[in-house]
Amino acid sequence: MKPSGYNLDATFAALADPTRRAILTRLASGAATVNELAAPFDMSQPAISKHLKVLERAGLITRGREAQRRPRKLEPRPLAEATDWIERHRKIWEANYKRLDAVLQELKGKQKKTVDALLADIKPKPTKRKGT
Amino acid sequence: MTRTAALKITTPSEREVAVTREFDAPRGMVFDAHTKPELVRQWLLGPPGWTMPVCEIDLRVGGKYRYEWANADGRRMGVAGKFTEITRPSRIVVTQLFDEDWTGGETLVTTDLVERSGKTTLTTTVRYSSRDARDAALKTGMTTGMEAGYERLEELLKAEHSHG
Repeated sequence: MKPSGYNLDATFAALADPTRRAILTRLASGAATVNELAAPFDMSQPAISKHLKVLERAGLITRGREAQRRPRKLEPRPLAEATDWIERHRKIWEANYKRLDAVLQELKGKQKKTVDALLADIKPKPTKRKGT
Repeated sequence: MTRTAALKITTPSEREVAVTREFDAPRGMVFDAHTKPELVRQWLLGPPGWTMPVCEIDLRVGGKYRYEWANADGRRMGVAGKFTEITRPSRIVVTQLFDEDWTGGETLVTTDLVERSGKTTLTTTVRYSSRDARDAALKTGMTTGMEAGYERLEELLKAEHSHG
């Protein structure tokens, strides 16, 4: 079966940059042109365009049709798939760590027994040595 | 009343993924649970139905380890590497490469253990071996290795589901 329509690696790489995340956040509230997207950043338009290209290649955004403006808009699916992937990983880790919890509890139990046994050996028996 | 501690997944840098979790035990114990085969094979299993028939650990710097998992259908999955740092009880660093390479080459896995009032915070950080390795994997798009890895993951997850 096909694992995914998108390249998760490209998605994660695209998300690893703060400017690109900011761009996605901006697009979450509606489509915007390159100029509009560049405005809040202290960056040249070519620099922003480069970021947009990375986002586009990752399938995270698409271009609108309107001739001149070509507004970019957010594509929610790859983002959802990336989140999904993390979630499934999380489940495997969680299952492993739950078992580790149990292993540690057992070790603690054993350690306590050993310590108790040692203490019992060391401690003078509370027996009737008194009178001697 | 056993409350399960929250698992945190973060991306500390472009090359890394980190998983953090707290354990109710001193870190020496958590360290042992990561380095003694008889303990490791009790928990490092992944989805239900998988066992760990091979768990070899030569715990010294430069020493090798090899893990193999198997499920009821006879499928197997293996991973191996070398210890590059061992600081009991606070840190273990190993190289790691899956038999079916789906990580774009060898990765470096760092395990950090921090203890506070008897509890241990465990952070496992996986780092790609090089930016080139990662970029190469990115450029070829869905590389076959990656795809195989994800497919296997899907299968693993299906197995998990069918086990309830």
